[in-house]
Amino acid sequence: MTLPLVINDFTLAVATVNGSGSASSNTILAKTIFRMGVPIAAKNLFPSNIQGLPTWYIVRVCESGWQARTGQREISVAFNAATFAEDLANAASGGVLIVDSDIKAAEKVLREDLTVMHVPMAAVAKEFGPDPRLRKLLANMVYVGVLAELLELDRDILAEVVSEQFSGKEKVVKLNLDVVHAGIRYAREHLDRAAFPYRVQKRGLTTGKLLTEGNTAAAIGALMAGATVCAWYPITPSSSLCENFIELARKHRVDADGSEARYVQIQAEDELASIGLVLGAGWAGARAFTATAGPGISLMAELVGFGYYAEIPGVIVDVQRAGPSTGMPTRTQQSDLRAASHLSHGDTEHILLLPAGPEELYEFTRQSFDLAERYQTPVFVMTDLEMGMNIWMSEPFGYPEGALDRGKVLDEAALRKLGEFARYRDTDGDGIPYRTLPGTHHPLAPYFTRGSGHTDRATYTEDADEYRVVVDRIKRKIRGSVSHTPAPEFEGEGEIGLIHFGSTRYPVDEARAILAAEGIATRSCRVRALPLHAEVAEFVRSCRQIHVVEQNRDGQLADIIRLEVPDCATKIRSILEYGGLPMTAQPVLEALRVAQRKPVHV
Amino acid sequence: MSRSGSPFMSETTAATNHIGLKREDYSGSKSTLCIGCGHDQITRWIIQAGYESGIDPYNVAKTSGIGCSSKTGAYFIDRGYGINSVHGRMPSVATGASVANRNLVVIAVSGDGDTASIGIGQFIHAVRRNTNMVYVVENNGVYGLTKGQFSATSEKGARLKSGDVNQYADIDLCQLALELGCGFVARSYSGDGKQMVALLRAAIAHRGFALIDAISPCVTFNNLPDSTKGFAWLREHNVTLHELGYVAPYESKHVEQEPGTALEVDMPDGSHIVVHKLGDSEHDPRDRKSAMAVLERDRNEPGHVYTGLLYYRPDTELPPLEELRRLPAKPLASFGAEELRPDRAAFDGILAQYR
Repeated sequence: MTLPLVINDFTLAVATVNGSGSASSNTILAKTIFRMGVPIAAKNLFPSNIQGLPTWYIVRVCESGWQARTGQREISVAFNAATFAEDLANAASGGVLIVDSDIKAAEKVLREDLTVMHVPMAAVAKEFGPDPRLRKLLANMVYVGVLAELLELDRDILAEVVSEQFSGKEKVVKLNLDVVHAGIRYAREHLDRAAFPYRVQKRGLTTGKLLTEGNTAAAIGALMAGATVCAWYPITPSSSLCENFIELARKHRVDADGSEARYVQIQAEDELASIGLVLGAGWAGARAFTATAGPGISLMAELVGFGYYAEIPGVIVDVQRAGPSTGMPTRTQQSDLRAASHLSHGDTEHILLLPAGPEELYEFTRQSFDLAERYQTPVFVMTDLEMGMNIWMSEPFGYPEGALDRGKVLDEAALRKLGEFARYRDTDGDGIPYRTLPGTHHPLAPYFTRGSGHTDRATYTEDADEYRVVVDRIKRKIRGSVSHTPAPEFEGEGEIGLIHFGSTRYPVDEARAILAAEGIATRSCRVRALPLHAEVAEFVRSCRQIHVVEQNRDGQLADIIRLEVPDCATKIRSILEYGGLPMTAQPVLEALRVAQRKPVHV
Repeated sequence: MSRSGSPFMSETTAATNHIGLKREDYSGSKSTLCIGCGHDQITRWIIQAGYESGIDPYNVAKTSGIGCSSKTGAYFIDRGYGINSVHGRMPSVATGASVANRNLVVIAVSGDGDTASIGIGQFIHAVRRNTNMVYVVENNGVYGLTKGQFSATSEKGARLKSGDVNQYADIDLCQLALELGCGFVARSYSGDGKQMVALLRAAIAHRGFALIDAISPCVTFNNLPDSTKGFAWLREHNVTLHELGYVAPYESKHVEQEPGTALEVDMPDGSHIVVHKLGDSEHDPRDRKSAMAVLERDRNEPGHVYTGLLYYRPDTELPPLEELRRLPAKPLASFGAEELRPDRAAFDGILAQYR
């Protein structure tokens, strides 16, 4: 029986072992399909471990361009004996399981709804490498070959991607290509292609698009923003953001002869020091940032409050992971929203940017430096593991135009003209004071920065009125930031409102399309910054139903919205996903289908 | 600053320094510390050192943490820029400022609580990175602002006015700094203005991390007759290792040389530290082992406080952070978009990797 072909719409999951060298093979598969013009999204489900524990690489191939996790695995490559039972159970009904012949448990598979194909990966790789370690690495390339044959991947593109993957190192490229061809041969000679219905066919849907990890996109944003100080402490899932920035800066900020570097990176002793370095540099006038995750922002709390009150610019990229405490370091969540927006003791409120996807990660990270200097305050860019460490397709990033927005900085000439300067005074009525930078040579310029009570002239105070003047102004300043932070994005029509942010955009967009096809029209409001823009409250008021979709247990954004729109508080419902796996469209579909069901009267 | 007479002041006769500024151009706001506080003496020596060395006050970054000592940043060099950060985190803030603008002269003031307890990690890492800064610890062995608790530099057996006796061994910040490879380590006493000023001037000239652990009595909480960080005790037990002088490149060198008694230590900027040996002290500040031995002796002879320049190593052997990181002479803070943003072709090149 020949199965009907499934073209460009399936999920491929490769089960392997952490540290076994499968990353290259998986990247090669993903990139080859992307270059064939077919949209993909690739996710790495990995343990908090360096070597030896199970890891899965999941590539969703989707001509419609949806990039969220599906929860379905049409094609499974079982390459790890330890997880075989799990992989078998997770394989989608009607799908194909390609299994390493070395896995004994696979000899008798009791699922008749699956097509099982056995491939002796190690044996095929054997002829190329007597060294057991090399053989293990090469075995990863065998399934690339097998899949290339079964999926009918373009051989020229595949060869080109393999060559790039190994940076054109001739011997390595040839060896890997030879193994790929052995895999192809094996599949051709031993596997029944008719029983494998999935195919990739060339399309022109990825022309001009980028395929990047979110952390890479944010690092490019920091580079283009003119960040000169990167202070960081390694923490999953944020480390690669700083590492990417450093790599870019080494290339683009060091003089040709290597004598001068127009950036500095400091791997700090902890997150207390990384934020201290950022604020010290920001105070002295440099564009400085750090990237961290939940435990890092907890440690930064005190200094972030100092930055808020002393009005010092700085950028903190929070690549969120599952909390609380150490939580699940390699699992995703959007659960730092509440903590970040009011980080530190006393009355504080911070500007948070909520990008969704690489393009916004690039753009918002870049803008965060302008905002930090314009508002003289720490600014958070809230991303997450799902976006940061996985590969996404996006529109190309735009080249930034114009000068950097350094905010209200007075130099010697300006001070001479003004004849007076009070560091914390609301001269312009917008809540934003003027500042001077250390090293400014004018008698009016110097001031004393402190986290203790201060007057608008930056002198110490314990006077109630003098204190209030400053803290009230800061509140106005932060609230006023909505004039420059990214406004919410609205889509669709109808009375059912969906509010979401960040990576939740992917499952929500897909769910809305499916619901629309079922006749359920929805309106979507994607929040892109905190404090909330007034349009969000209008949106809440104008919808009959409001569902806030987010990836945390407590409905953190929903609570923030309730405080902003108290008259609608009870109308706001939550759709939550917080198990740590990337969200699928499913919870949204289920909640909305239930909510639209007409009440049954008995 | 006007609270106690300065024996040092009378020695200064010049009305302006070599950049044409008066001593008062280096002054600050009125102190709010207790009358007679050792910290106020140190404030005065910082003003004096800044004036004598003719540092550009607008380029001074005064960094501090939290505590009595950390308040003093407001009491000197008003034309400088102060940042009174949070408890124990000043070293990172100072390091950030220092790399953002390498023209800044970072004068950090901290205390024994701020440095040896809550901030010991940051202190250690600032030394390790060799951040270019003068780091003065105003060390009184007690928490003053919270009204008299022991600090980590109180020695075992120390007794407070409350009657509490300290049961733990003290942390010797100089020993720690030496251990960490610090290139400038000094211990001094707030009451020894001449030594303090010479040390401060040399520390400012030193490129890299310079530690001055200055014993600075707390008149309110730790000044009993047997308080080893109290005035009475220090007058009796302060053993100066040598008489120190600092000669800047622009100053005429008229060191009264008695052959064999003075040692001139060259600094890379052309200045000199002049070390007059005193008594039977054979300590050579260029010898790290000798410095270790002095501190060992200090520890083994409870009560004795040896002050002076313990160790100095020219920065040519371990460059300061900004040189290690090859920072340009122009401050990072002053670069604009055109110097920082890769051009269109370079940007396209970056994106091309992701297609």
